[in-house]
Amino acid sequence: METFLQQIINGLVQGSIYALVALGYTMVYGIMGLINFAHGEVVMIGTLVAITVIGGLMAAGVPAVVAGGTGVLAAVVVCMAIGWWLERVAYRPLRHAPRLTPLITAIGMSIVLQNVAMIVWGRNYRTFPSLIRSESFEVAGASFTTVQVMIVSVSTLMMAGLLLLIYRTKLGMAMRATAQNPQVASLMGVNIDRVIAAAFVVGSALGAVAGVMVGSYYEIAHYQMGSMLGLKAFTAAVLGGIGNIAGAVAGGVLLGIIEALGAGYIGDLTHGFLGSHYQDIFAFIVLIGVLMFRPSGLFGEKTGDRA
Amino acid sequence: MKWMNSRSAAGIALVAVALVALPFVAAMGGQAWVRIVDFAILYVFLALGLNIVVGLAGLLDLGYVAFYAVGAYVYALLASPHFGLHLPFWAIVPMGAATACVFGVLLGTPTLKLRGDYLAIVTLGFGEIIRIFLNNLNAPVNITNGAQGITLIDPVAIGGFKFSGTTQILGISLSGPQKYYFLLVALAIVVILINLRLQHSRIGRAWQAIREDEVAAKAIGINTRNIKLLAFAMGASFGGVAGGIFSAMQGFVSPESFSLVESISILSMVVLGGMGHIPGVILGAVLLTVLPELLRYGVGPVQQALFGKVLVDPESLRMLIFGLALVLVMRWRPAGLWPSSERRRELAEKT
Repeated sequence: METFLQQIINGLVQGSIYALVALGYTMVYGIMGLINFAHGEVVMIGTLVAITVIGGLMAAGVPAVVAGGTGVLAAVVVCMAIGWWLERVAYRPLRHAPRLTPLITAIGMSIVLQNVAMIVWGRNYRTFPSLIRSESFEVAGASFTTVQVMIVSVSTLMMAGLLLLIYRTKLGMAMRATAQNPQVASLMGVNIDRVIAAAFVVGSALGAVAGVMVGSYYEIAHYQMGSMLGLKAFTAAVLGGIGNIAGAVAGGVLLGIIEALGAGYIGDLTHGFLGSHYQDIFAFIVLIGVLMFRPSGLFGEKTGDRA
Repeated sequence: MKWMNSRSAAGIALVAVALVALPFVAAMGGQAWVRIVDFAILYVFLALGLNIVVGLAGLLDLGYVAFYAVGAYVYALLASPHFGLHLPFWAIVPMGAATACVFGVLLGTPTLKLRGDYLAIVTLGFGEIIRIFLNNLNAPVNITNGAQGITLIDPVAIGGFKFSGTTQILGISLSGPQKYYFLLVALAIVVILINLRLQHSRIGRAWQAIREDEVAAKAIGINTRNIKLLAFAMGASFGGVAGGIFSAMQGFVSPESFSLVESISILSMVVLGGMGHIPGVILGAVLLTVLPELLRYGVGPVQQALFGKVLVDPESLRMLIFGLALVLVMRWRPAGLWPSSERRRELAEKT
């Protein structure tokens, strides 16, 4: 029972990170029907920018809170710029191209970003500077840390902010309109180009925050960390019903918990034949399962040609 | 066979002479270059296999390397001291092809209903699952020897003739890589012929119909399920054979050789060359194998000369150029560098 509770907590923390990244996929997909393969790399760059800025400021004697804040801000700004640039340079010229074309471009862009990151930050693992003294708490035999609490609360705040943006502002209304029908939306005076760019920029900002969280949670970062994280977040988005904001959040949390429980119990279930290093396959099994039995996801309403 | 008939017999003879001379010319730059040429042909083989799935049937497969890995490991396990088995080459290669084929159907069956980008993601996941298993199946029963991989794999031997080491044939000294070259060329010609025959066969036309419009293909009576599975199975078998040869040539396999990057490289060859067009795919495979090697040798010295030291490591620059090439080709030549005439016409009509 302790293992169960502990794995639920771990899964919840990991899941809220997936959820934040998944929102980036789902927003872009919802509006223009494109899988932005390079989103995972944007998250990775966010983590590395934060490490450089925070590490540099702390070495210069700046207090941890200020350094942390500046680091997050820098990561968000850099990622927003990359998101905007990606859309402008890579995807906008291909908006009316056959479907495979933007997908291959996205793969290409993700290779480019990964290797630029490798040239800038090197091949080695980077350690994330510790900002706060992490304390652990214990509840009913399961323990959790300050960092874990912060991750869950910050991502909840970010998601609430996104919901406000989408359902309470003019930009949000324009986004919803574009998602429903771009032609009609543009006839109503919505600037489609600007709405799509905004989706990329907002998604990248959420990704940057998620990147900082991943960094502070695992305390290390690497130029290759983005692809697996991106894939899992995409799985989360598909699980919740891609294009659906609430679905992405639910999918992320659910996937985090499935993974944690799977890793915690796979050893017992297979009598030690498969161990917890098989953790990564759960996401793919979930993905294949969802696409086979319920391609529109748990909360997706539209079905049709896309899956 | 149209493109072959349109060329004169003299042209074919010229290509044949060039193919025979190539390993000797390459050897002047050292045996390393002969090995690079060998790999170029191995990639032609792989790219043509993937071309069946992606180019002809239009199923975007990002996990193709899984089949290559399966073939390589089947060979490695059955012809190395790891299990103490040393079966002959001609017995293992069909087994590798068959195993890869089974995996192809395994991947194909659950993904039959998926299209486009969803299929791409699922195949990508499948490739990763295979790699994770190869990496971890060393405990509690050691099957794949985990991340260390399998070493001392037997080289190809037909009868008493070994493909490793130097031998004298008719007074000409042939090195190991040069002998593999001729084996690879022979196999590549077989694969090219199979591809050519397939393309204009009933099955080939069915694949192309599915690629253009699956619903319409179904409506005119094509059994889309079987035909799509056949594409997966055939593509996978080619990958399996290529894997077996890779294993024998290298004498060593580890999960590291079968990463996602490898899948993407093979896909890039097909896409950059010209999806569904055999000469284009061959061009893509040769270009993407040889150019990075030239870069590897060129980038270091050029930086040394310009800045006095090596600023950017050639390996990352190689991948960077790969990525940029994908983006730029999709932007300016979406049909590839050497597309088939039909495809070029189609794209011209659209714009």
